[in-house]
Amino acid sequence: MPSEALLSVRDLRIAFHDVEAVRGLSFDVRPREVLALVGESGAGKSLTARALLGMLPRDATTSGTIRPDLSADRGRRITLVPQDALSALSPVHPVGDQLAAAVRSVRRVTRKEARALAVAALDRVGIPDAARKARSYPHEYSGGMRQRAVIAMATINEPDVVVADEPTTALDAERQEQVLRLLGEQREAVGAALVLVTHDMEAVRAHADRVLVMYAGRQSELGPAADVLTRPRAPYTAGLLASLPQYARGRRLPTLPGTPPAPGALPPGCAFAPRCPLATDRCRTEEPQPRPLDGRTVSCHRAEDVTIELFQEVQPA
Amino acid sequence: MTPLLDVRELVVRYGDFTAVDRVSFPVGAGETLALNGPSGCGKSSTALAVLQLRRPDAGEVLFEGRELTTLTERELRPIRPRMQPVFQDPYGSLSPRHRIRDAVAEPLKVQGRWNDTDGPTRVAELLDRVGLDPSYGDRHPHELSGGQCQRAGIARALASEPRLLVLDEPVSALDPSVRAGVLNLLADLQDDLGLGYLFICHDRAVVRHFADRAIEMREGRVTSG
Repeated sequence: MPSEALLSVRDLRIAFHDVEAVRGLSFDVRPREVLALVGESGAGKSLTARALLGMLPRDATTSGTIRPDLSADRGRRITLVPQDALSALSPVHPVGDQLAAAVRSVRRVTRKEARALAVAALDRVGIPDAARKARSYPHEYSGGMRQRAVIAMATINEPDVVVADEPTTALDAERQEQVLRLLGEQREAVGAALVLVTHDMEAVRAHADRVLVMYAGRQSELGPAADVLTRPRAPYTAGLLASLPQYARGRRLPTLPGTPPAPGALPPGCAFAPRCPLATDRCRTEEPQPRPLDGRTVSCHRAEDVTIELFQEVQPA
Repeated sequence: MTPLLDVRELVVRYGDFTAVDRVSFPVGAGETLALNGPSGCGKSSTALAVLQLRRPDAGEVLFEGRELTTLTERELRPIRPRMQPVFQDPYGSLSPRHRIRDAVAEPLKVQGRWNDTDGPTRVAELLDRVGLDPSYGDRHPHELSGGQCQRAGIARALASEPRLLVLDEPVSALDPSVRAGVLNLLADLQDDLGLGYLFICHDRAVVRHFADRAIEMREGRVTSG
């Protein structure tokens, strides 16, 4: 396991008007790894990813550290693959020009060299007749080709970290798999780590080395994806997995009782306690801190008692 | 026995492009038929043609034994409430300016089944039926979560007392646990009311779990199922 972290996040807090949305998150991004950030809408996973990129909304206040701060080198050392491929490309410039501009913004190369690099990048992501397609505009690309062009854009400067924010949410199952595979190949080719924000647990299973499960702005569980997905140690992870149709035992699927707390209206103690079948008085008063267990870190007082069946058992018939 | 819905050799064209090419399938009462396939395969065009929201170019759509494609708009009017769509984007399918209560009441009013004594009770019942506290009726769509909004959309569809729901990616935008809750709700409604579902979904795991039968489409044609 590579020991040196490419990026170290320590006690990251992100607040909007005194309401904390990310509440003290610490994790590393290791060289060349795929780290998935998962959790419900509002868990803070996208904000965390945006913080790595230095792309938080202006009214956000942050504390904690992200070292080194790659966001000063955004576009070169750290890049973004956004959810919407169309919005990532300018409609008024040929795709090849946009890629060439991305190269010239960070490297001293001639226009001609930049163009050649752009064509090579489009070719690498499998765009047929790349030299000709480089002169086309985004609207002349199919949806799938646009996704490819965006991946080419995110990897052309050989960054250390690629952040992909729900890159496949709008796509059908087949194209999701294609995009993730291509993203995986490309970031491997340039030696970049990938931070993948997703709520698709199948994508995590198929593509992630490690997974950071977030709940209400905090880490529930962080560890090797294969372990976390097969033997969850945080009750929230167990609930998330139990609700997947892949695990269904009958027609009714287990669900997490209740709803996630609103930021700013958090219960005392563990934020998940009101929804947790294992919660004790301690959980309701003392917020659990991340601690090592079974080759991962988990924030739960009852982690030793968690099994994937937790929510299947409490489910009424 | 006549199936609830019987689609025969359905064709939908947009200009020279054939979006749906001789697609046939039945959906029985109390049964879920999934339509699966990549973007652009013709799933949603099939759904719109079944609902007669886009009149098909050829083929037949038999609903409760009646052929719909030859009916006029006026003749379709009493039939439309019995086949209701539920769409993917829970926010987009409810007017942002109307309270949830009004969105659910609207079909009752349009169909002349509203009166001021029973109407509000009926709306409260429908909200309760989909697992929403009736107090949610006072809220606007943006004050609801994605899952709650999708439940409100289902309540609105139920207001018409449908026999068939055409569900176009109804859970694709939802988080896993919320998605599970909405799928459970749909399963309960089907068990209790005997609804037929035409269930459009690209997630194979959801299809395997939820559907009685599935057909797969590609480039407008049924390729398996």
